[in-house]
Amino acid sequence: MGWRVVVDMDLCESNAVCMGILPDVFEVRDDDLLYVLEERPADADRAKVAEAVARCPKQAIRIAED
Amino acid sequence: MAPAGLPRRIVVVGASLAGWNAVRALRAEGFDGELTLVGEEPHLPYDRPPLSKDYLAGRVDRGRLDLTAHDDVDALALDRRLGIAATGLDLGDRILRLGDGTDLSWDGLVVATGARVRRLPGTEALAGVFALRTLEDADALRADLAGGPRRVVVLGAGFIGLEVAATARLAGHDVTVVEAAPTPLVRSVGELVGRTVAELHRDHGVDVRLGVGVEGIEGEARVTAVRLADGTRLPADVVVAGIGVVPAVDWLDGSGLAVDNGVRCDGTCLAAPGVVAAGDAATFPNALFDDEVMRVEHWDHAIAMGAFAARRLLAGDGWDPAERFAPVPFFWSDQYDRKLQSVGRIGPGDEVELFDGDPAERRFVTVHVRDGRVVGAFGMNRPRHVMRLRGLIAERADLDRVRTELA
Repeated sequence: MGWRVVVDMDLCESNAVCMGILPDVFEVRDDDLLYVLEERPADADRAKVAEAVARCPKQAIRIAED
Repeated sequence: MAPAGLPRRIVVVGASLAGWNAVRALRAEGFDGELTLVGEEPHLPYDRPPLSKDYLAGRVDRGRLDLTAHDDVDALALDRRLGIAATGLDLGDRILRLGDGTDLSWDGLVVATGARVRRLPGTEALAGVFALRTLEDADALRADLAGGPRRVVVLGAGFIGLEVAATARLAGHDVTVVEAAPTPLVRSVGELVGRTVAELHRDHGVDVRLGVGVEGIEGEARVTAVRLADGTRLPADVVVAGIGVVPAVDWLDGSGLAVDNGVRCDGTCLAAPGVVAAGDAATFPNALFDDEVMRVEHWDHAIAMGAFAARRLLAGDGWDPAERFAPVPFFWSDQYDRKLQSVGRIGPGDEVELFDGDPAERRFVTVHVRDGRVVGAFGMNRPRHVMRLRGLIAERADLDRVRTELA
């Protein structure tokens, strides 16, 4: 059982807010596209991922439990 | 059992972004007392930024505006009072008065009533004149624009006005933007950026008229024209006023809360014992910018301040006063195929440095420097740079450090 970061790339517009919150997980590169560097971050980062979910201007990020 | 003195009955006044994030944070922090959400609009919280962009254009539907889509709303156990305005506050007896005649008693209060849009005075009875703040505003404008190609005149080249102009232009309407200042957006993003944004609109065929005021609106049942101070008469089928908002705090008159262009908070979002404020309705001294008292109308700010204020409220006297709410403000605006982003605090006296890219290509970054320190940045289609600058501004970086780290 765990959780992972899911980004809806159809919604994502690379505002990079998530990168500002957790640069080890989210990276917007010079091509202006978002790359998820770590789909399964440490549990210690979960609150920050939740913050990235809330603060995504396009509501494109979610946490999936599995 | 909570320690004595900590709130057990919290009322959140304002059911939009700041209020909703306060609600989320209160429950996430373990508050299990009574929680009431009061909102003047009849809706659960919805997302406003698309109202001038994708929703206005018809590219997304109502469902996509739902801000509670990721929440388990039932689990939040809210007493919802939606469609009911707060009308008065008694700080001494801790009573909140509502427009339906109800009084609510509270021992913790979150003031998050946001802002009200300015409408053009004297045009209330005139069809075809719009302002844009609520879902109903957007629906009305969207329906009107769907009636066929229109001559649209946007009054005020602020971000909302310019977004409406871009959306209307892309939909094939004739669009004119009228702005009294010689350059748009100077106060928020500076001269160079403001000029470039005006050019961006001209690239797309918008008639941008700067440095001219509005004399009057013509029309009997429906608007027919806008008269300008220089004598020009602009025929118009639709007029959109983008002339800003005012904090919705008139209901606090006589309450004893300090109100001056918004509810005055201390540096921890506290407005009075047991009362916090957040979002468009709140002012606070920002420790990151020499305690400049600011009121910030940005989407991201409402989330951050709503959550911070909630934690502050729950802590009561146990809060460490050294823990301040000291954000780097951030906003974005999408116009045509350009993403505009700004971070920090851009002031009129700042030195402006073109940091990367070229305004002529509509892809660039400026940094704004005050006393050697980088206090703000703006980017057009440069999200990676802007967000890294946001972190550096939070660390009070100087220009040399910014150059090194972003090289």
